[in-house]
Amino acid sequence: MMDLSTQYLGFRLPHPLIAGASPLSANLDSVRRLEDAGAAAIVLNSLFEEELESEQLAAHYSLETPAESFAEAQTYLPSPTDLSFGPEEYLDHLHAVKTAVDVPVFGSLNGTTAGGWLDYACLIAQAGADAIELNVYRVVTDARESAAEIEDATVAMVHKVAAELNVPVAIKLSPFYSALPHFAARLDRAGAKSLVLFNRFYQPDIDVEQLEVTPTLHLSDSSELLLRVHWLAILSGQISASLAVSGGVHCGVDAIKSVMAGAHAVQMVSALLRNGPEHVRTVREEMVRWMEEHEYESLAQMHGSMNFLRCPNPSGLERTNYIHILRSWDTLGRTA
Amino acid sequence: MRPAGGAKESDEIVKTLDGNEAAASVAYRASEVIAIYPITPSSPMGELSDMWAVERRANLWGNVPDVVEMQSEGGAAGAMHGALQGGAMTTTFTASQGLLLMIPNMYKIAGELTAFCMHVAARALATHALSIFGDHSDVMAVRQTGFALLCSNSVQEAHDLACVAHAATLRARVPFLHFFDGFRTSHEVAKIAVLDDDDLRFLIDDALVAAHRGRGLTPDRPVLRGAAQNPDTFFQAREACNRFYDECPAIVQAAMDRFAERTGRHYGLFEYAGHPEAERVIVVMGSGAETVQETVEWLAARGEKVGLVKVRLFRPFSTAHFLKSLPPTLRAIAVLDRTKEPGAIGEPLYLDVVTALHERADIERPRVVGGRYGLSSKEFTPAMVKAVLDELARDTPKNHFTIGIRDDVTHTSLAIDDSFEIEHPDVFGAVFYGLGSDGTVGANKNSIKIIGEGTDNFAQGYFVYDSKKSGAMTVSHLRFGPRPIRTPFLVHHARFVACHQWQFVDRLDVLERAAPGAVFLLNAPYPADVVWQHLPREVQTAIVDKRLQLFVIDAYAVARDAGLGVRINTIMQTCFFAISGVMPRDEAIAEIKAAIEKTYGKRGPAVVKQNFAAVDRALEHLHQVEVPAAVSATRLRPPLVPSDAPDFVQRLTAVMLADKGDALPVSAFPVDGTWPLGTARWEKRNLAAEIPIWDLDTCIQCNQCALVCPHAAIRAKVYDPAHLSSAPHGFRSTAYRAPDHKDLAYTIQVAPEDCTGCYLCVEVCPAKNKSNPRRKAINMEPQPDHRDVERESYRFFLELPEIDRTAFTRLDAKSTQLLEPLFEYSGACAGCGETPYVKLLTQLFGDRLLIANATGCSSIYGGNLPTTPYTTNRDGRGPAWSNSLFEDNAEFGFGMRLAVDAQRTHALALLKQLASRIGESIVDELASADQHGEAGVCAQRERVRVLRDRLAAIDTPPARTLDALADYLVRKSVWLVGGDGWAYDIGYGGLDHVMSQNRDVNVLVLDTEVYSNTGGQQSKATPRGAAAKFATAGKEIGKKDLGLEMMSYGHVYVARVAFGARVNQVVQALAEADAYPGPSIVIAYSPCVAHGYDLRYGVSQQQLAVDSGVWPLYRFDPRRIEEGKPPLALDSAAPKRPVRDYMRNEMRFRMVAKIDPKRYAAMVAAAQEDATKRVAIYQQLAGLSVPPTTTGKKEDA
Repeated sequence: MMDLSTQYLGFRLPHPLIAGASPLSANLDSVRRLEDAGAAAIVLNSLFEEELESEQLAAHYSLETPAESFAEAQTYLPSPTDLSFGPEEYLDHLHAVKTAVDVPVFGSLNGTTAGGWLDYACLIAQAGADAIELNVYRVVTDARESAAEIEDATVAMVHKVAAELNVPVAIKLSPFYSALPHFAARLDRAGAKSLVLFNRFYQPDIDVEQLEVTPTLHLSDSSELLLRVHWLAILSGQISASLAVSGGVHCGVDAIKSVMAGAHAVQMVSALLRNGPEHVRTVREEMVRWMEEHEYESLAQMHGSMNFLRCPNPSGLERTNYIHILRSWDTLGRTA
Repeated sequence: MRPAGGAKESDEIVKTLDGNEAAASVAYRASEVIAIYPITPSSPMGELSDMWAVERRANLWGNVPDVVEMQSEGGAAGAMHGALQGGAMTTTFTASQGLLLMIPNMYKIAGELTAFCMHVAARALATHALSIFGDHSDVMAVRQTGFALLCSNSVQEAHDLACVAHAATLRARVPFLHFFDGFRTSHEVAKIAVLDDDDLRFLIDDALVAAHRGRGLTPDRPVLRGAAQNPDTFFQAREACNRFYDECPAIVQAAMDRFAERTGRHYGLFEYAGHPEAERVIVVMGSGAETVQETVEWLAARGEKVGLVKVRLFRPFSTAHFLKSLPPTLRAIAVLDRTKEPGAIGEPLYLDVVTALHERADIERPRVVGGRYGLSSKEFTPAMVKAVLDELARDTPKNHFTIGIRDDVTHTSLAIDDSFEIEHPDVFGAVFYGLGSDGTVGANKNSIKIIGEGTDNFAQGYFVYDSKKSGAMTVSHLRFGPRPIRTPFLVHHARFVACHQWQFVDRLDVLERAAPGAVFLLNAPYPADVVWQHLPREVQTAIVDKRLQLFVIDAYAVARDAGLGVRINTIMQTCFFAISGVMPRDEAIAEIKAAIEKTYGKRGPAVVKQNFAAVDRALEHLHQVEVPAAVSATRLRPPLVPSDAPDFVQRLTAVMLADKGDALPVSAFPVDGTWPLGTARWEKRNLAAEIPIWDLDTCIQCNQCALVCPHAAIRAKVYDPAHLSSAPHGFRSTAYRAPDHKDLAYTIQVAPEDCTGCYLCVEVCPAKNKSNPRRKAINMEPQPDHRDVERESYRFFLELPEIDRTAFTRLDAKSTQLLEPLFEYSGACAGCGETPYVKLLTQLFGDRLLIANATGCSSIYGGNLPTTPYTTNRDGRGPAWSNSLFEDNAEFGFGMRLAVDAQRTHALALLKQLASRIGESIVDELASADQHGEAGVCAQRERVRVLRDRLAAIDTPPARTLDALADYLVRKSVWLVGGDGWAYDIGYGGLDHVMSQNRDVNVLVLDTEVYSNTGGQQSKATPRGAAAKFATAGKEIGKKDLGLEMMSYGHVYVARVAFGARVNQVVQALAEADAYPGPSIVIAYSPCVAHGYDLRYGVSQQQLAVDSGVWPLYRFDPRRIEEGKPPLALDSAAPKRPVRDYMRNEMRFRMVAKIDPKRYAAMVAAAQEDATKRVAIYQQLAGLSVPPTTTGKKEDA
């Protein structure tokens, strides 16, 4: 039997395919289906501190604003003392998922404040998460805020959270960093056990009829994998944290490319949403088939084989695509 | 407060709570079954019980009581009677009309000698007007039922005597009604010693509990109860209970004595206080007794021989105990009743006292007079007590007097010396003027807790609200002092006055209650160094004359910076503690922060953080203003109503608006509760910080803004541009773009001083500026910047002629908004989802509209004085409106229809009789003309005018009668309006019956899916999964489909509408309902603050309700059957969004997720199923044709 095992976030996984944060992990039935399909681990969808806080404030004001203003009604909604606007809903779900499945369950968090990152990460760990993925992406719109400040704050946060938690911490990054390897190395030193490349996020579209900005998020396809493979290959071997790919893995070959580029784990979301949780099994089978056809003995054998340090043409990873094509045109021209 | 006997071993626990909680905490623990129905001011007792049950708090026997909300007080009474018959320890809470609905069962419960105790926050009964406030009209209306009536005078007593009542009823087997004054005691917050479970167990004898249970019906020991008896036996059997009533007073006194043994707090059935040799004595019960006691003790200490007898056990009235309580030196008694019994010799307590004295021939009888006081929570002050005692000193004191008002008609009132005061120097009084929405009351309740529970001081808080739901003014009266505070009247000499709203300095005399040298805290939008010059002369004068210390803070700026929006409560509370000196400043600030953590901790760190920031910033921005030696302002406070307001408004309304209604004499008032319309327009409240300003270049003239405005504060008008020659500067106008109306001008105009700033209009506006889509055709801008220009523009706008109502071939959403609304500037909540429907009703049929309005939000914003939003058109026509009760509105409106029909029938008969003299052809036309549609109505009005002209020439009695009845020949539209509490619950039986009659009545159900007016209790309209009071964990059962039930009759027109989803369908449904000759019902989705979201998004949430299948739109018109079509037309498309998307936007649903995520998930799934099934049923019905009716066809009314 083909050995697909891998080490990720301190866990020995039977294979690298894990279910990334998605609506599938918000439902206990689909979580069970993911496990049944053989997902090596499950990442829960993110707890968003900003969302939680805005709901806290909205809840507070929806209760308080009409209250105590009319003689016949001191309040308009019940307010039992056990009513809490904290992250209990998320934590309860995490606990339920943890109880329902045997595979490792990773919590996921998108914080906005230093205190929030730490507090919620601790709560997620206490609720039973086997590891936590910190989703550090945010849209920076303030022209006064520098890249250095943002990176410094993120590193400090990771350092604090990693030191406090007794479960491993993964950092899910966006591709928008000027010097990603340097930043990745800092996160590595700060205590990140893994880096996840990359977050996919809502992108604003413009509705020209309604003159509205509309957030959109389309399911990925394999073309999105290339960006990730590129950066996996660059980081692989340069940092000690394990690496995961997220975004664009739809078939066995996608997964194999990712592993060759240096991924220890392969997160799948869009492919599972499109094809159902059972698609994990399909991709795994495709991987095995490919490896058998190409006479690989184990996943470890191919891990990082195409990274920056080992691939036969590292300049292909360094140069921009534009120059590469230009040069090809030139070659073609001479041949002709 | 400390027990004298030391019988209780544990330390006394003190808490600050209000009278409702004080009573409920005992009743809850002493009960197994609690059957209730919400009614002000008793609702909090039921709500607290429900909340405690949700929290699984145990009663004395270790179980959680079963708290059940019924469909009416009648239902609650039946349930409690049954529970009692079943042997359960049972209680209920009610007031006013609710108590009246319980009377039949009360007779039964008493007749069966049932141990039972209920608690009543005593309230006025609706007579010439409804009043939610306190007096004894309700409890006096049940004094004959056989219940014992035990009265508490204070919050502490409401707690203690609740326990005495629960204990005594078990031994006496006489059921008890324990009552205390609505609002004055039920809502007063005070520091009291609380009874723990062991105290209750000490009083409540378990053997007697077992005996009560033993009398319960069970097939294991079967008996029959509730039999019918005949003339041979009924009388004797009725007398068989006598000895229980004879023994009851002694049992109550014994329970009181045992209570004293345990707690050290002594009570008597009749309790004397005052001078030991008193010659003049007042007999009184309720909170007024506290005022009398304070006053007589103050006077007695100064040598006056005066006293009082506090009546605690009013029924059974123990003559012996009463006489024993009177001092031997007594010469004259004044009995004060807090009720009125028109036509009686005297009020009930007076008559009892007279009778008691009369029945004892062996004593020298003092002179006895009776008087009325304090109806509807009218203030009752020491000065009034003094006036009564002074009257008693006269040779022939006035009998059947009134005190507290000026009766210049029948001259019953006693004169009052207002300068008489007995405020104690060691009591710190504070008064706070705020808005409901700014959180002032909540903050003050919190301050009372901090001082009451954090220091040795006693504390008292009482809160006065005005009658509005949006922009409601609140006045908080707080007292703190080293002794128990026994002053149940407003603070007159405050050492601290806070005005949390700058606009009040121009509207009210906010310093009227400031004592000399007091601290005055003012929230001002001006820096400290210039604030003085912005104050009106009256305020400057008061500050200088009273030598007040003035502190200012721009609390809104601080709140904005802290992210708190308009919630300035924490900021102003911090300032209060910083400068009032009631507690050491640092200690108080620490306590505020602890309270924030405790109160808001579970709401999340974001909430706590914001409020902490507010506390810190408040201190930085608080400044003392150096008060100049002399007044410098020349600007006077502007008049509350303009000089061109009608005489009635000047004489009455303006006085009430100035908060001086207490000063109005009897002669000022209509004698029968009849009031003129059109008064809200004179009350310029200037509530909105920002108002919508029209951008005519961007506007697409859809009129959506006008349609959704809950307050008719933004309007559209089409007019001849020739009028623009006299337009004021700044008035905006553009060409009207409509193919059927050429060469007309168009304006969208805001009423700048009436807008509440709810943003609904801006949210709904679909037109965006092409270069800057952030701007729409209307945009919110600061009100002060636009007020003057827009005020003049609005005045001009109103003067422009109204459009010809017959000009439209078809009315739709757009065209209806060009019709004059006859419902304007109501006090409904900002963003109210009900009022757009009511407004539309008046636009469509206002000049021929009769409204029967069920009690509830719509009756409050419709008819709660001082003003009414209903108004008249230029011809003086407008909606005739009345409110009868909560439970009878369908029948009430039905009666209106019968009256209209009767008078029309009479008119038709007279027409026929006089036809030869009037003219046959016009008589035929008058009798049979089609009046559906504006043109038809208009033509009929013209015929009536001609008729009157011709009648003028006929000098006979029938002609005069027909002249008087002629307007009934014009078709009237009778609408029965109310909320879901009425239509689905308390009034359902009547509604069902009225709809079963084939008469032309129209019902508008303003379905907020909850009892909105009383604070969000569940109704049968509450959808599955929504949290509401009495359904805290999310309602288990789905919403009743009232429409489907009504369709089952077959002859009823039924529509379900939502103005935020399809406005044209709303217009169509209302027009069809009006035109339909039989009964019609329109069920209208109405967003409400009880749904828990910012109502500016009410329109999009309605769309979501429709798009998700939660609220499908339809019209069921039986007339379509005749056309061979399915009667049901589905007006909304198949659901395209999941119900989850709808539910997650509202706190009423999300709250369930926060309490129990699994339950929420299950509720979402069940609600989705509900919606899917509902739509499926309607879709099938919409395809279902039924055979036309062949018999009994209804003729057009």
